[in-house]
Amino acid sequence: MFDVFALGPTGWGDEMLMGAVMTVLVSSSSLLLGITIGIVFAACKLSNFFILRVIAEVYTTIIRGIPELLVIYLLFFGGSSAVMYLAKIFGYIGYIELNAFTIGTIAVGAISGAYSTEVIRGAVNSVPKGQFEVGKTLGLGGYSLYGRIIFPQVARIALPGIGNVWQITLKDTALISVTGLVEIMRQSRIAAGSTHEPFIFYTAAIILYLLITRLSNIFFDSAEKKYSKGYVSKEAL
Amino acid sequence: MRLDLMYESFFKIVEGIPLTLQVVSISTILGIVLAVAVALMRISGSKLMSLPAYYFVYLIRGTPLLLQLYFVYYGLSQFEFIRESILWPLLKEPFWCGIITLTISTGAYSSEIIRGGILSVSKNYIEASSALGLSRAKTFMLVTLPITVRQALPAYGNELILMVKASSLISIVTLMEITGIARTIISKTYAPVEIFLVAGSIYLAINFIIVIFVNLAERRLGIEKAT
Repeated sequence: MFDVFALGPTGWGDEMLMGAVMTVLVSSSSLLLGITIGIVFAACKLSNFFILRVIAEVYTTIIRGIPELLVIYLLFFGGSSAVMYLAKIFGYIGYIELNAFTIGTIAVGAISGAYSTEVIRGAVNSVPKGQFEVGKTLGLGGYSLYGRIIFPQVARIALPGIGNVWQITLKDTALISVTGLVEIMRQSRIAAGSTHEPFIFYTAAIILYLLITRLSNIFFDSAEKKYSKGYVSKEAL
Repeated sequence: MRLDLMYESFFKIVEGIPLTLQVVSISTILGIVLAVAVALMRISGSKLMSLPAYYFVYLIRGTPLLLQLYFVYYGLSQFEFIRESILWPLLKEPFWCGIITLTISTGAYSSEIIRGGILSVSKNYIEASSALGLSRAKTFMLVTLPITVRQALPAYGNELILMVKASSLISIVTLMEITGIARTIISKTYAPVEIFLVAGSIYLAINFIIVIFVNLAERRLGIEKAT
């Protein structure tokens, strides 16, 4: 029964593992893109400009109220023509096709970004106002205030929330299998189709996802512990 | 932007709304029953009950819904004994596979919400009601349950929206609900932006109505909005 998972050309073991690597790669690049988007839109939501706040609010409402699959279809079918349209403005006329990895990263990154926005906004809000005031009193501004004083605190508070966003992002990448990117989901479909053993391969896929979840939980837990050094937990008080 | 195409496709996509609502409501109702059972198992205090419930929730929350759907739809049908069992009339239909998958998924997620709600009921209330001579069943029905509903409702409103979004996945197993129809039109007309706007607005409208109803229910139950 386990012959089908043999490594090498006779089995699907190495293909499934490569699928898992692809899932981790596309999830992490989506998470990074999402965090970048999240920082920008959290800044918009916290800004004094009404129009920026509205734009950020519209973005998070749309992403959180519309199925992920629709967003993926939009980018899958419309992504290349949008890029070609932009290229035309800059004077490049020709055919550009985005590969499945790029489209997947952009789509899942855009979804993940909406959740990151809320996490980062909440984290910035929970940094005590005094920290900003003291920094300004000391004559700090720009990078020395936001980069060296506020950012480390925001990062620490946002970490558990980002851990949750990671779980959502990881699961959302299964949806981009519909665009042809060969990650766990797609690979197990291919293998299930060619061996007529869907049960075994979907079970293997479940195990791979649980394994990635488990490992990333360990990673986030230890990161949380590391960045909480110097802070006394509530239970200890 | 092709407005005429948007206008035409609107009437086609609208035809998918009944199926979406049907799937969401059936699996939500079945899901609540499952969720209450799982939540009660988890807080039962007996390891024999709580461990399976814990692993069930862990399994469902740790894997993508699409994979669960494939597992139910393609994975289970591989076996002869399932094809001969009494469940086969259900498992061969994509509609029921969708319902089963969504029920299991929402059951796992909502069991955590309900568990949180039950655990938030202060021990004092339970003690007071047993001092008044209420039986354990009566305490649960008259004291614990109403407070749990109040506590869990805001989070459950979110879960309902997630369900509407999740129902779009059943289009992958050939069911023509909102997303399924939208996808067909996109591949025929190659107008992804227009169709996205139409289908997206329909989803936003459905979710907006859900939010309104949940808010009304919250107000009736006297839940204070956190500001």
